[in-house]
Amino acid sequence: MSERFVYLDHAATTYVRKEVLEAMLPYFTEKYGNASTIYSIGRESKKAIEEAREKVALALGADVKEIFFTGSGTEADNWVIKGVAYANRQKGNHIITSSIEHHAVLHTCQYLESEGFEVTYLPVDKDGLVSPEDVRKAIRPETILISIMFANNEIGTIQPIGEIGAIAREKGVYFHTDAVQAVGNVPIDVNKMNIDLLSLSGHKFYGPKGIGALYIRKGVKITNFMHGGAQERGRRASTENVPAIVGLGKAIEIATKNMDEYNRKLIALRDRTIDELFRRIPHIRLNGHREKRLPGNVNISFEYIEGESLLLMLDMKGIAASSGSACTSGSLDPSHVLLAIGLSHETAHGSLRLTFGEENTMEDVDYLLETLPPIVERLRAMSPLYEKVKEGV
Amino acid sequence: MKKKVMVGMSGGVDSSVAAAVLLEKGYDVIGVTMQIWPDTSEESRIREGGCCSLSAVDDARRVANRLGIPFYVMNFKDEFREKVIDYFTSEYIRGRTPNPCIACNRYIKFESLLNKAVAMGIDYVATGHYARIVYNEETGRYNLKKSVSERKDQTYALYNLTQDQLKRILMPIGEFDKETVRAKARELGLPVASKPDSQEICFVDDNDYGRFICENTDYEDVPGYFIDTKGNILGRHRGIIHYTIGQRKGLGIALGKPMFVVEIDVKNNRVILGDESEVFMRGLVADDLNFISIESLEGPMRVKAKIRYTAREADAVVYPEENGMVRVIFDSPQRAITPGQSVVFYDGDVVVGGGVIQKAIQ
Repeated sequence: MSERFVYLDHAATTYVRKEVLEAMLPYFTEKYGNASTIYSIGRESKKAIEEAREKVALALGADVKEIFFTGSGTEADNWVIKGVAYANRQKGNHIITSSIEHHAVLHTCQYLESEGFEVTYLPVDKDGLVSPEDVRKAIRPETILISIMFANNEIGTIQPIGEIGAIAREKGVYFHTDAVQAVGNVPIDVNKMNIDLLSLSGHKFYGPKGIGALYIRKGVKITNFMHGGAQERGRRASTENVPAIVGLGKAIEIATKNMDEYNRKLIALRDRTIDELFRRIPHIRLNGHREKRLPGNVNISFEYIEGESLLLMLDMKGIAASSGSACTSGSLDPSHVLLAIGLSHETAHGSLRLTFGEENTMEDVDYLLETLPPIVERLRAMSPLYEKVKEGV
Repeated sequence: MKKKVMVGMSGGVDSSVAAAVLLEKGYDVIGVTMQIWPDTSEESRIREGGCCSLSAVDDARRVANRLGIPFYVMNFKDEFREKVIDYFTSEYIRGRTPNPCIACNRYIKFESLLNKAVAMGIDYVATGHYARIVYNEETGRYNLKKSVSERKDQTYALYNLTQDQLKRILMPIGEFDKETVRAKARELGLPVASKPDSQEICFVDDNDYGRFICENTDYEDVPGYFIDTKGNILGRHRGIIHYTIGQRKGLGIALGKPMFVVEIDVKNNRVILGDESEVFMRGLVADDLNFISIESLEGPMRVKAKIRYTAREADAVVYPEENGMVRVIFDSPQRAITPGQSVVFYDGDVVVGGGVIQKAIQ
């Protein structure tokens, strides 16, 4: 319907970078060998997988033997939480997580509760930050896992992962972080940050969909996820998705190399958007921490309107945005993250997430800034609530 | 600029063809399915048939993809809960028999959805209803007319539409009969061409209203007496929500002759039974009125009146009363005039207006 298309939903997914696609392509058609075989094209596949593994390890400061490929970030989260829980049942049955995790973590924890595990869902402050002291206080003798996301997918808040990691290490509890949104955006060092387990996903940093990885620190007790083969050292059986693994490796390599420049660029787009929206539109609030946030994330609540209508109108103008996480936009319920940072049901409904990426320009921001304020104004003009507010002023 | 129209798509044949017809006519068409279910449980996910169930969302999306139009799912769960489900249950608890489709049309499709569309700068909302909207030059009013196919006509459930709403609504398949609609669906290769019509009340999947009300409200059945019109006790009833006026089957008592529910006395928790003749009443009082073809009712008016979706129209005169009510007197007595149902007035194929039946009168 619109001639212009501006993609502002990079937290949902990214396109595959050209260099990444090119690296992948031979593994579909020419180098199609099964990596478990002994002949030449099989060995080539194996080699490509191991090179990709090295790139992931390097990006995280991990050892190559500590990286396991999975089918997605959600799979990595499922594996880590169920796997650590089942493998450490003798030690205890208590898990600590936060109330703003991705559903891949939250729903897995809820599933484990039905299996007899106990889960503490830590609250967050108004900016979405987990308090390391809360983590410390929640630890019990039977605590077997702490799982706190690196950066939130909706509001972009970056957690004090290093501090939480230090506490977990001191107390001898495994520490997992869902870093799906952080990888490629924030420097990560699993050793400095005392991270024992980390989930990531390829399609959030210009890699392909359908590929993720789990970092498992050497010595961590975790059950195997898939049975039926020796792949991933027997921990996650199934024939490797070689092109996707190669793509993930290439994508993480580029993302790590470009991170500083990428961040500078995204922060400029983000900050101008936030500042200008605040200048141009009254009755709005920024969700998430103003500084401790992902470089490309803007999450704003517009009082007195529904995010749903806003998204549709933006779509009609060619702007792709989101009201919360992509995974829940089908369910249309107010975001659990926005409710957790203290927003009312109504305010949470009127929220918009814009996440910038590599191909965005200041012209895109200009287009957003000329498109969004009139839409908000129009929707507010039709809102009976806003009428009352204006009369009250 | 092409006019923009938002089509409420249920995944069924009618709304799918409506979208296709509007596209052919040159409108800029946007498909929307209203999500109205209170949850996304596995149970509701697999539930088939209901007009806005999740499988309906998938069907509607397939149709929209086929037509190449943008498609959105919009959330009306809160509005639907409040304006349709809560109304439905509270009416039963008051001993009345509601029509939730009328409430859904009035408050959800043509209020909430229409308001959202207008706010978004969309010119029209369209649905797959079998009805026609025709502007009358003489009166300067938008009239609601019956579908060309009388058998499928759905104007009964649409009598609450106001002039402001009617001028922003399109009902393109009111011009067709069901066979033509199905043929069009097949012709367009729409994946729903042979899908059966939806039936019954969409949010009560097994049609057991009693169970639905007990599970969704804090109402509890209080058994009481069946009595006859003279006050004699005939037996015990299960709780008033299980009965409706004119009902014969499922009373759970043997009386030696056919007996029918003629009245529900909520105050005394009694269900009054009578013989066939006692189910027939001469007239009714209705309130919560809306008029379409006329601004207001100034004096008695001869009409054809329809007292439920499946009832035949009957000759009657409508008399305006004070306090915004009307009295309707039928030429011959009507069977099972039911409080809570609507009475709709017709002048030929034009809807004059309608209201909600408060009580039957002899």
